[in-house]
Amino acid sequence: MKILVNSEERDIAGPTLATALDELGYTCAVIATALNGRFVPARRRAEVILRDGDQLELLAPMQGG
Amino acid sequence: MELYGVTVGSRLLLGTAQYPSPAILADAVRQSGAEIVTVSLRRESGNERNGQGFWSLVRDLGVRVLPNTAGCHTAREAITTAQMAREVFETNWIKLEVIGNHDTLQPDVFGLVEAARSLSADGFEVFPYTTEDLVVGERLLDAGCRVLMPWGAPIGSGRGLNNVYGLRMMRAHFPDVPLVVDAGIGLPSQAAQAMELGYDAILLNTAVARAGKPAQMAHAFAQAIAAGREAYIAEPMPMRDMASPSTPVLGMAML
Repeated sequence: MKILVNSEERDIAGPTLATALDELGYTCAVIATALNGRFVPARRRAEVILRDGDQLELLAPMQGG
Repeated sequence: MELYGVTVGSRLLLGTAQYPSPAILADAVRQSGAEIVTVSLRRESGNERNGQGFWSLVRDLGVRVLPNTAGCHTAREAITTAQMAREVFETNWIKLEVIGNHDTLQPDVFGLVEAARSLSADGFEVFPYTTEDLVVGERLLDAGCRVLMPWGAPIGSGRGLNNVYGLRMMRAHFPDVPLVVDAGIGLPSQAAQAMELGYDAILLNTAVARAGKPAQMAHAFAQAIAAGREAYIAEPMPMRDMASPSTPVLGMAML
């Protein structure tokens, strides 16, 4: 299926958010996820089924003021 | 100083953005003596994974982090960002920014109060970036905030304290609430001025990060903030309009 990862179209197998993160190479990364504008806690990633056209945000620690 | 039950020695909270290099950032944090640094969440970049390296650097500094919601323009965006930050940074602290204007980056105080209420109810300990408006301050406290962070001037402007009268009123109106001047400070003397007014701490970033020698400037701010605090405790003399001789008039020679 095709989903948007940080606004970039990616072709992934899915089916869950957890497997998608593995597929995208974020298995060990310190990141937070939001799907279609809603926060998805790490503990719930394995339950969340992705659908074609979903918008996934992957956020990481960054410099800030 | 106590912030949400945590005793903090340094009254300087330092931002981590805009430094020439990670090494200079680390040096500036050490020279500042800051025990709290602000951080943010942004999209992880492709294969570079800059965020992972940055987080590793901050953890090595051994300081407490205060994640922000910088760039959020609605309560909903800020709430979602805060939820994500809580998971990544493993803290209930959140520097809540809901920006209302692109040019001045002043807070949208209506969205700010809305987000503060929701986040406080969800267990967050909110540090709201606000104005010196007393009524907004009261609403934020009603919403659950136990710290207020009024701006000195627009973010990154380095203009110092734009409304000294308003900030003095705010200190008088909220004598028992930790007050942190957040944003607009450009010089150590401006930080000292805020501390002399009785503010509990200063949060700044650009003034250090954009200095020619960030680590040295960080140290200068630490000294100024400590001096300003000590001056406040020492109870400054009242200002007068007219001169008053300091040398005794009695005993003057008849020449």
